[in-house]
Amino acid sequence: MKKLLEGSQAIAQVVNLCRPGVISAYPITPQTHIVEDLAKIAADGEASFEFVRTESEFAAASVILGASATGVRAYSATTSQGLLLMTEVIYNIAGMNLPVVLTCANRAVSAPINIWNDQQDAYSVRDAGWIMFFANDIQEAVDLHILAFKVAESVGLPVMVNMDGFYLTHTVGEVDIPDQKLVDKFLKKQSRDLGSFLDVKNPKTFGYLATPKEYQDMRMQLDAKIKKAKNQEIKKAMQEFEKVFGRKLSLTREYKLKDAKTVFVSTGSIFGTTREAVDLLRLKGKKVGICNLNLLRPFPDDEIVKKLKGTKKIIVLNRAISLGTEGILTTEIKKALYGKHKIEIQDEIIGLGGRDIRVEELVNLV
Amino acid sequence: MLLKQIRIHGRGGQGAVTLGELIALSAYYSGKKVQAFPSFGVERRGAPAESYIRISDKEITRRDHIRNPDYLVVLDSTLLGASDVVNGLDKGDIVFVNSAKGGDNLGKYLSIYPDIKIMAFDAAALAVEVLGRPIVNTAMLGAFAYGTKLFTMKDVARAIKEKLAEKGSETVMKNIELAQKAYDHFGDKEIKN
Repeated sequence: MKKLLEGSQAIAQVVNLCRPGVISAYPITPQTHIVEDLAKIAADGEASFEFVRTESEFAAASVILGASATGVRAYSATTSQGLLLMTEVIYNIAGMNLPVVLTCANRAVSAPINIWNDQQDAYSVRDAGWIMFFANDIQEAVDLHILAFKVAESVGLPVMVNMDGFYLTHTVGEVDIPDQKLVDKFLKKQSRDLGSFLDVKNPKTFGYLATPKEYQDMRMQLDAKIKKAKNQEIKKAMQEFEKVFGRKLSLTREYKLKDAKTVFVSTGSIFGTTREAVDLLRLKGKKVGICNLNLLRPFPDDEIVKKLKGTKKIIVLNRAISLGTEGILTTEIKKALYGKHKIEIQDEIIGLGGRDIRVEELVNLV
Repeated sequence: MLLKQIRIHGRGGQGAVTLGELIALSAYYSGKKVQAFPSFGVERRGAPAESYIRISDKEITRRDHIRNPDYLVVLDSTLLGASDVVNGLDKGDIVFVNSAKGGDNLGKYLSIYPDIKIMAFDAAALAVEVLGRPIVNTAMLGAFAYGTKLFTMKDVARAIKEKLAEKGSETVMKNIELAQKAYDHFGDKEIKN
C-alpha cells in the first residue's frame, strides 16, 4: 500500500514484514528512528521478532552473530562509529558465512565528530566479505531490505543495505509498503542447509582456529562465493523480486546514459540531485548521463565496462575518501575499466559530513 | 503545478519538523507529490531549526537544501533579525510569520524584498486561546493553507488526524480548530504588502 512515510519508519515496517527472529541494535544518529520504530512495533505486540537490548554496537553485532549461528533470521542497524565499533564482529559474521542483514544509515566518521551524511563508514568495511547494496531513494531502500534477506540466505553471506543518513532516513516521501502475503511468498520460511548453523543433533563449530595450511584456502573460498553471487543469487533474486512485487531492482541505476559522452558515477541518494543537474546540462546541449551503482560488493565490474562503453569522460562523485590516495569509488572504477576503455576519469570528493550537495555545483563539474 | 519549495524556520521544540510533515501530508492528500526533510541540525530546544518541503505534480528527485523558497514560514519573529532567515526570496513569494505584533515592525527585515507578500499574525496568542499552550505549528498550517491554496482545510484536517493521532482525539480536534481559526483570521483580511 502506498503511504507517506519517513524513510526510517518505512524501513522498520518492512523489516518486520521480513519476519526476523532476533533484532539487536544500539541507537545512534541517524539510525535512531529505525530502532525506535522497531522497538515500538515490539511494544505494540506486532513484532515478528525478539528485540535484544545491548550496551553497545559491539554487543548488538555479537547478538545477531549468535542468533544467526543458531539458524535464526537476524537483523541489526547502525551507522558511523557504531559500525566501526562492530568491525571485528562484522568480519567474523562474514567469515562464518552467516546470513544476517544490517542497515547502515550512512554517516561521516570521527574525528572531528559529525552526525551528518557521507559514506565513509560503509566503504571502510568493504573488504570484510559482506554483500553491500546502496539505495538511491526510500522505495529502493525498502525493496533492497526484502531482497537482502533473500540474497543473504540463498548465498550464505551477510548483506548490508546502505541508505544515506538524513537524506533517506529522515526524509518523508511516498513509499509502497508491500503486503505481508507477498513478502512471505518471496522470502518463505528460512531454510538453511544442515551444517550451516549450530544444531545439537549435528554438532559443529564456527570460527575455529585455521592453520596456515587452511586459512588462505578458506579466505579464497569466501572470495569466490561472494563473486559468484553477483551473476547467480543476486540476479536471480532481483528477477524474482520483479515478478512478485512488480518493481525492478538492478545492479546499477541509470539516467539518460544511452548517448551520454560524460557520465556521473556514484552510489546512494546523490542520484536524485544529479538527475536535476543532468537535465540542466542537457538543456545546454551537453550529452550527460548517470550510472549509479546499487551494488558495491561484489563489485559489478562487467556491468560498469558495458554501461560505460562509448563514454568519453566519467566524473566519479565520491562520498568516501581513502586518505592518502583518492575517492574510493574512483579507484574501484579505474580497476574495472583498466585495459577496457580509454576514458578520462575525474575524481571528485563531494558532500562529506553532510555538506549540502547543490545542483549548480554538480553542473559546474562538467 | 510546477515545483513549489517551502522553507520553515523555527526554534528547536517549536515544531518546525512537525509542521513540515503536516504541510507534506496535507499536500499529499490533495494528490500532489511531496518531499519533506529537516535541516539535519543537532536537536536542541531553543536553537534555530529549519525544515524543507517540496510539492509538485511530478516526481521530485533533488535533495538539496532549499535556498530560494516560494513560501517562507517563520515560527518565531525573533529569528528574522538573528540569522539569514529571509535569504533567497523573490517577487510574489509569501512569508508567513508568527509575530506578537502582527505585521508591524517586520518591515526592517523584509523591506529588501518589496514585491513579496507578508502574512503575519499572532499565532502564539491564538494557540494559547485554543490549546492553552503557545504551540503554533497547526495555526501556521491554517494560515499557509489560506495563503497558498495548495490544499484545502479538508486535507489539513486529515493530515492533523493522521499526524497527531497518538496524542489523542482531544488534541487532534483542538489542533484542527486552531488551524481553522488561523485560516479564518485571514479569510476576511487583505494580505499586506
